[in-house]
Amino acid sequence: MSLFSFARKQRRPKSAQTAKDRLQILLAHERSRGGADETDYLPMLQRDIVAAIRKYVAIREQDVEIRMERGEKMSSLEINIEMPRPTPS
Amino acid sequence: MTVDLKEKPPLGRVIVITSGKGGVGKTTSSAAISAGLAKQGHKTVVIDFDVGLRNLDMTMGCERRVVFDFINVIQGDARLKQALIRDKRLENLSILPTSQTRDKNALTKEGVEKVLDELKQEFDYIICDSPAGIEHGAQMAMYFADEAVVVTNPEVSSVRDSDRVLGLLNSQTRRAETANAEPVKAQVLLTRHDPARVQSGEMMTVDDVLEILAVPLLGVIPESPAILRASNTGTPVVLDQPSIAGRAYEDAVRRLTGTEVEMRIEGERRPRLFQRLFGRAS
Repeated sequence: MSLFSFARKQRRPKSAQTAKDRLQILLAHERSRGGADETDYLPMLQRDIVAAIRKYVAIREQDVEIRMERGEKMSSLEINIEMPRPTPS
Repeated sequence: MTVDLKEKPPLGRVIVITSGKGGVGKTTSSAAISAGLAKQGHKTVVIDFDVGLRNLDMTMGCERRVVFDFINVIQGDARLKQALIRDKRLENLSILPTSQTRDKNALTKEGVEKVLDELKQEFDYIICDSPAGIEHGAQMAMYFADEAVVVTNPEVSSVRDSDRVLGLLNSQTRRAETANAEPVKAQVLLTRHDPARVQSGEMMTVDDVLEILAVPLLGVIPESPAILRASNTGTPVVLDQPSIAGRAYEDAVRRLTGTEVEMRIEGERRPRLFQRLFGRAS
């Protein structure tokens, strides 16, 4: 151990703590769904969203983009739908 | 990043990272090699073939952003573009995570081929992170490969398993089954190498391993604390703070792209008394 390592330690968080934090967040999500694949419902959700919007606007399957960010306190699901330009009548 | 002036078609080279034995550093190497290639400006995608035990996402640090996976794409539940995760550090790098479903048969040869063909239209390098073993997942990861990186530790069971895998690369791949096709170009990546233990005769030398396996050497990655630190934070080791392991991977990546780089074999030096007292950069 270095004489100066005490001062250095304060600056950079230990990577082991980062590892533990990352695992806790991820495993909390994975365990809560009881082993089943959480992402299983996403294709169905996407189909339903497309169907709902299609009642009003003609969009294609590839116009829908889904992004997810899992967080410690909350997760966010971002859905981007590219709407077609209205055709001049 | 530099602007790509040359409108070349993508190279579309498929490279499998395999080993037979588990725990030798396939996923670490997949992450480091793919990040290294992207860092050098090549459009790169890394695919996790370990169906059921997703881990590449953690090593790459994108585990919280997985929405769709490889199996969703094969089964037509998602488009490839939706499943690809763009790396936040390197714009040239994408990750295709695997599924956590336990049904390994979801990985069909036709499905894998279709996904790889689509990726070849866009990427220069397609890195396939193989699961351990020689079962279905490992076979699917290697089947369409143009090149193979056989990750090996200087240890008896790892070398033995690498030898088995080299045999499979020569018989159970599309290149092996196609008449007049060039065989899969296989190279050994020796990981967890410890020069101090080689010096004291406790560990096989690089030459010992190469003599047994009789394939070219891609690189020697020294045992280094940088590997665990990088995995803790979800950073490929070549993108983390400078380390001997990171340097060794960058050299290996340069060799992979056809550049001749002198083989340097470094080791983590024991700090001497002076260094221990006054600290040293790790």
